[in-house]
Amino acid sequence: MVFLSYLISGLSLGSVYAIIALGYTMVYGIAKMLNFAHGDVIMVGGYVSFLTMNSLGLPSWLAVILAVVVCTVLGIVIEGLAYKPLRSASSLAVLITAIGVSYFLQNAAQLLFGANPVVYIPVISGTISLFDGQLNISVVSVVTIAVCIVIMICLSAFISKSKMGKAMRACSEDKSAARLMGINVNKTISVTFAIGSALAAIAGVLLCSSYPTLMPTTGSMPGIKAFTAAVFGGIGSVPGAFIGGLLLGIIESMAKAYVSTNLANSIVFAVLIIVLLVRPVGILGKKVREKV
Amino acid sequence: MAYASEKYKQRTMVPYPSDAIVPEVDLGKTPALECRHLGIQFGGLKAVDDFNITVGKTEIAGLIGPNGAGKTTVFNLLTKVYQPTTGMIMVNGMDTAGKSTIQVNQMGVARTFQNIRLFNQLSVEDNVKIGLQNQMKYSTLEGILRLPRYWSQEKKMHERAMELLSIFDMQDKADWKADALPYGAQRRLEIVRALASNPKLLLLDEPAAGMNPNETRDLMETIGKIRDEFQIAILLIEHDMKLVMGICEGICVLNFGKVIAKGTPEDIQNNPEVIEAYLGKNEEG
Amino acid sequence: MKKKSFFADRTTRRDFMTYAIVIICFIALSLLASNKVLGRAQIGLLVPVCCWIVAALGLNLCVGVLGELSLGHAGFMSVGCFTGITVSEAVSNAIPDPTLRLIMAVIIGAVFAGIVGFLVGIPVLRLKGDYLAIVTLAFGEIIKDIVNCLIIGVDEKGLHIIFNASGTKSASDLGLAEGGKTIIQGAQGAVGTTTISTFLGGFVLVMIALIIVLNFVKSRSGRAVMAIRDNRIAAEASGVNVTRYKMIAFTLSAAIAGAAGVLYGLNFSSIVATKFNFNTSILILVYVVLGGLGKMQGTLIAATVLYVLPELLRAFSDYRMLVYAIVLIIVMITTNNQQMKNLFLKIIPKRKNKEVQ
Repeated sequence: MVFLSYLISGLSLGSVYAIIALGYTMVYGIAKMLNFAHGDVIMVGGYVSFLTMNSLGLPSWLAVILAVVVCTVLGIVIEGLAYKPLRSASSLAVLITAIGVSYFLQNAAQLLFGANPVVYIPVISGTISLFDGQLNISVVSVVTIAVCIVIMICLSAFISKSKMGKAMRACSEDKSAARLMGINVNKTISVTFAIGSALAAIAGVLLCSSYPTLMPTTGSMPGIKAFTAAVFGGIGSVPGAFIGGLLLGIIESMAKAYVSTNLANSIVFAVLIIVLLVRPVGILGKKVREKV
Repeated sequence: MAYASEKYKQRTMVPYPSDAIVPEVDLGKTPALECRHLGIQFGGLKAVDDFNITVGKTEIAGLIGPNGAGKTTVFNLLTKVYQPTTGMIMVNGMDTAGKSTIQVNQMGVARTFQNIRLFNQLSVEDNVKIGLQNQMKYSTLEGILRLPRYWSQEKKMHERAMELLSIFDMQDKADWKADALPYGAQRRLEIVRALASNPKLLLLDEPAAGMNPNETRDLMETIGKIRDEFQIAILLIEHDMKLVMGICEGICVLNFGKVIAKGTPEDIQNNPEVIEAYLGKNEEG
Repeated sequence: MKKKSFFADRTTRRDFMTYAIVIICFIALSLLASNKVLGRAQIGLLVPVCCWIVAALGLNLCVGVLGELSLGHAGFMSVGCFTGITVSEAVSNAIPDPTLRLIMAVIIGAVFAGIVGFLVGIPVLRLKGDYLAIVTLAFGEIIKDIVNCLIIGVDEKGLHIIFNASGTKSASDLGLAEGGKTIIQGAQGAVGTTTISTFLGGFVLVMIALIIVLNFVKSRSGRAVMAIRDNRIAAEASGVNVTRYKMIAFTLSAAIAGAAGVLYGLNFSSIVATKFNFNTSILILVYVVLGGLGKMQGTLIAATVLYVLPELLRAFSDYRMLVYAIVLIIVMITTNNQQMKNLFLKIIPKRKNKEVQ
């Protein structure tokens, strides 16, 4: 029973990672960049929903929508201002720019909201009691897992069926060929960032609802973990990010419960290293043979 | 095939055991390369199948065939970029089974690449020095502390590099960054770098690609000169038939991963199967 | 490279110019410090600047020369730092002379970091590109967590080390004899360290790191490393032992970062393991990238300016990191955008760019 409750909390945490990782992996797949500012978009999503509920006193569903809208716009703006001018630059230059954006968001948040953590009021509360109260599951966990599955299904359908999804896949294969086929590459990349940021906003709300403290650096560790999850599953692969996120959440939760709280992160990273040594491109990553 | 042999004379080829031919002078010497039943399979595709070749100790041999015939794959097998699935490769009488690219290079196989692969950020001289890496050695510590051996070995390397660059009259470009060189010069630098590793067998992958007729003519002469001076075997892949027919002594024709003809340039030019598969099309086009 | 034409060689000449400038800067700063022109706060920056320069030089060897992105170099600094502190504290009675102790700590710290770098390198260097980067990040975090669990103390019987994985142990579990002292207390880090780092020590370390890196790059091994960076397949075909040279460069890079860590650790009376986290790795990476990949002179300047400026801007404490972030983004865009580059090329007279820089 205890195991089951750890499993569920792991799945819930993993679902948050998966939602963030989906954004990471989509952006990586199409722009071939490690968007280290992605984690901080989560934090922005958290603050926006927090302010909507606390300062404006609006209902939580509106807070979620507002967070998504703000983050989507933010994602497009970041992409347009900071990454677009570097389309043909080295990946390292883009990486450093992303780090600059990350610093910017964190410090802007610190100026606006202060460095001290605020207590986040979960958008959904309550627990479900099962097996005569032997197993208590918070509603947030269940909602998180459900939301993650819905997002995963919608995103897969979007990418494989819609016109924009096909354009995304084309751009991630070969940008110049896609351009020659009449695909608007810049627009496609913007849309990818928009979707990724919207997902980050949802993840932000869910994360803060499960772990109700919010501060300017809230997003960075989940961001790194989600990045790990994306690599774990094979960066660039949407189902890979989903599986990677879930596995990572479960491993972390189990490690915390049965091994050591202090070393939980290390265990997660150690598993990543082992997986990459066995499969150097992640669980679902595509192997690329170098042409000689 | 006229412009070839003014300065350079192809030598008489004589039969060699097991259905091969080698230059008369190489008879009785260990061949530079012998492949038996060499093959590789990618998934279900046999990219190279039952490939046999013998290259004499100082022979200039050609490997020709239409695009996608598997020529570069043969080179990749010889240099162990791919491990062959069947057959064996003997370099100077030594079996290369289980050896890595690096070890095969140390056994005496050096190559150039179809799509030029220079060390772009290094100088021309440093590119050549990489080829000399395994002949003039000193340890990392000696290099950092600049002990006497660093100075003596670096001096030797510098002199040797300049000597090798002079083959193509490139000494004055020694300080240039490799990627600043014009295309033709980059191809030549690749040959120099390959020569620097002191090979017994030099593999040239389309050395004349992208060169104009004058450059190609110079290149042909230089290839002959290299063979004469270094007394090594050269196996080259080339689409320029004038070059192939002009300097190669033995030619092997590959199509769909299989050898369809072998022999002297005359044999190849008169072989109906080759004409059908390759030369015929080429002349029409 | 004939001995006769030693100074005629452009890069050699530039190396010696660099050494000269570093020496002049050191003398000038020492004079300014001793004449009380520099305030206490500024003097306090001198040793950390040296640390970040050395760490960045080490990382540039990995990122610029070897061409592999490492996001975990703070981990190697951490290994060096806590090894150095342990050594220095453990022998403080036997070797009272702080200079000698500093030298010893730096050497042992660098060796330990080098060993860890070697061990980490074995799996890491089998991977490529972004996968390699994420694994270095993972190792950096693992090292941080492990150091965070270490409790180390010393008494007359020698070192006592316990690994506090459960988080329930404390220094009293070390079982130290009378007169023993704890050196590292797990998550509280090293407390009560005798600070023995000096600006002179920092300067010497910068010089040594600079000489090592610049000479390495121009040696047979350095050339091989750069050849692998430029084209691994061609390097293999030329007989270069790829694995060996990658390992050499990575280990050396880790050892240099470790030495920087020792100097840093022994400059503060207390330091915690979480100081050397992912953000610190990124901080060093920013110095390297802004200074120019493979350009050690650039690293010197970038590390100095980027470390000192935000510190001097403490007056605008609230806005300084925001400004830093904006500057970082703008610099990256202006130096890497093709249109901007073309604009610069029009303004600045063209340099002869065919020769090796």
